[in-house]
Amino acid sequence: MVLIKGGYLVDPGNKREGVFDILIADGKVIKIEKEINQDAERLINAQGKFILPGLIDMHCHLREPGREDEETLLSGSWAGIRGGFTTLCCMPNTQPPIDNQGVVEYIYNENRKIGLIDIFPIGAITKNREGKELTEIGELKRAGVVAISDDGNCVMDSEVMRRAMEYSKMFDLLVISHCEDINLSCGGLMNEGYISSILGLKGIPRQAETIMVARDLELARLTQARLHIAHVSTKEAVELIRQAKKEGIKVTSETCPHYFSLNEETILGYNTNCKVNPPLRTQEDIEAIKEGLRDGTIDVIATDHAPHTDFEKDTEFEQASFGIIGLETALGITLKELVETKIITLSQLVERMVLYPAKIVGMEKGTIDIGEPAEFIILDLHKSWKVEKEKIVSKSKNTPFLNWTLPGVIEYVFAKGKMVLGNTN
Amino acid sequence: MVNWTGKDLLGLEDLSKEEIELILERADSFKEISLRPIKKVPTLRGKTVVLFFFEPSTRTRTSFELAAKRLSADTVSISANTSSMVKGETLKDTVKNIEAMKVDIIVMRHSASGAPHLLAKTVEASVINAGDGCHEHPTQALLDMFTIKEKKGKISGLKISIIGDIAHSRVARSNIWGLTKLGAEVTVCGPPTLIPQGIEKFPVKVTYDIKEAIKDADVLNILRIQLERQKSNLFPSLREYALNFGIDLEKLKFAKPDVLIMHPGPINRGVEISPEVADGPYSVILEQVTNGIAVRMAVLYLVSQKSK
Repeated sequence: MVLIKGGYLVDPGNKREGVFDILIADGKVIKIEKEINQDAERLINAQGKFILPGLIDMHCHLREPGREDEETLLSGSWAGIRGGFTTLCCMPNTQPPIDNQGVVEYIYNENRKIGLIDIFPIGAITKNREGKELTEIGELKRAGVVAISDDGNCVMDSEVMRRAMEYSKMFDLLVISHCEDINLSCGGLMNEGYISSILGLKGIPRQAETIMVARDLELARLTQARLHIAHVSTKEAVELIRQAKKEGIKVTSETCPHYFSLNEETILGYNTNCKVNPPLRTQEDIEAIKEGLRDGTIDVIATDHAPHTDFEKDTEFEQASFGIIGLETALGITLKELVETKIITLSQLVERMVLYPAKIVGMEKGTIDIGEPAEFIILDLHKSWKVEKEKIVSKSKNTPFLNWTLPGVIEYVFAKGKMVLGNTN
Repeated sequence: MVNWTGKDLLGLEDLSKEEIELILERADSFKEISLRPIKKVPTLRGKTVVLFFFEPSTRTRTSFELAAKRLSADTVSISANTSSMVKGETLKDTVKNIEAMKVDIIVMRHSASGAPHLLAKTVEASVINAGDGCHEHPTQALLDMFTIKEKKGKISGLKISIIGDIAHSRVARSNIWGLTKLGAEVTVCGPPTLIPQGIEKFPVKVTYDIKEAIKDADVLNILRIQLERQKSNLFPSLREYALNFGIDLEKLKFAKPDVLIMHPGPINRGVEISPEVADGPYSVILEQVTNGIAVRMAVLYLVSQKSK
């Protein structure tokens, strides 16, 4: 038995917030009470600390199968744990892509062997993510995908996207859209504007995102399907989604920590760790995204964790891969940029990083319940930590947040009933 | 007088007015060497200069090579098709190998914006940017400025129009930074598709009207139009470009009587500039080439003061 004393529990899914003791036996939570006095093999003093349900990332890239030099299900699991995540949804741009039952089963089987945290695959919308022919969506669903997306690629053909959304309705399967008009962004490397012009780098106009957000919202109106807009980066997209929600369109959306903490100017000097798609935008966009997170237009904070090796990043800017790792820094950046600045409360952070992602993809997770396996983190908000390359456990180190000092040290992580990270001090 | 402090020359955006003036003054003293019967001084004897060109170039490469040789440096020339880059080696690996051969200065041209910046962070040798993508071409702008100063006696207060594909031009960017730092008034002119986004934040005026750009200008710097831009629909045809923006005698009627015509070369006769204008009395295009050697001698000399 493990007894956790005196932690401040933030569990908005159960509308429970306050100081509670938690008792765990055989990996399951058996008591949550104001005061539990019981002998336990292990006693954790959580006084002054916060207990949150394990974070859920509905958008990350774990690279297995195919690019195990960048990340694996195992290394991604540890990166997740270090960042407080106990559930990951991995995108289908693997090699081969998750466009058939075989790859879905591979991921489930491999992760069963690893056994640290839950990993749920997201299936492709179209075969080979080419935007032409639908995958066998029903079979993918039966194999266990929690959503479909061609992430990284936008389904450019509106008819194909319409049919994907329409067809998925019968499985109540979420369609996640990577909104990018690739004819407009063609070959672009960063946000288009003064900074791209100074650097002589081809720009991606913000309209490459907003045009496709507008299209997909209209297709959601047409098909009545559930649509989720991935990695919102522009203020216009926030406004389109806000309007669509008012009109009753079934849309949810996410953004990532780098879209509310970094602007395009961080690329000056050709910093390839800031090369990401969609690109980092302007301060105005950052403010609009923060407002969208505050008022609930943006439901979810996801990482879009996109690992790349040093040799893929330490190169000419135009040659460098797009992407930023985020599993280990997402909570810290969100605490720093949104909670410390009082844009959202800690409880709202849990909604956006746990409760809503669980609801949107339809998994029964995200709360701390009696009788269920222990799955939560213990967080010390009085402490801070520095992002250092040597300490990153992801196989890839492509983060623009090196040397940032972030609030909140994760002292314990319980996942699937087991303590997978514990304070050794 | 300021001292040169930088290891590299990557762009004019990073330089102060005083540093630019220092280069131009040095160039002035070096120019005379090329006019001697024995065109050589021992200034860089024992130094090795690598000319690392990933894009075709005749003028710039030859100019740098002659500049280095007239300063008695040893030169090695590597172009993209002869290097191991085709074997899939990364830029960084290639350059580290070259550095292991103990070179002092690397002059690099590359199609990727920022490539020399990556190089400068990687190696201890001095790096001179000989043109990177659509970013900067500092020595071209310096030789343009040297030529203007030589002909007009000053730069401050002059009205200078840069005409053509501003969006993709490294020459335009370096000229904008350099000229405005020295007090010139710069106008850029071209079709809107070839004017970069965010131009309103650059220290320049913008016009789509070629007459506007020509009228009152002391200098017209005419950029080469790259034929492949037509394929991306940035303009409908070379013919239409020439009609609207090509500088010919007809359009030159609006110019000041003492206007200078400049072009970084190579010229497309009959497209951005008519043969009569290119070869005419206002043209200083070949003098630019001559001055290029003096300016590059100055740059090689200054960075070598810092290189180990």
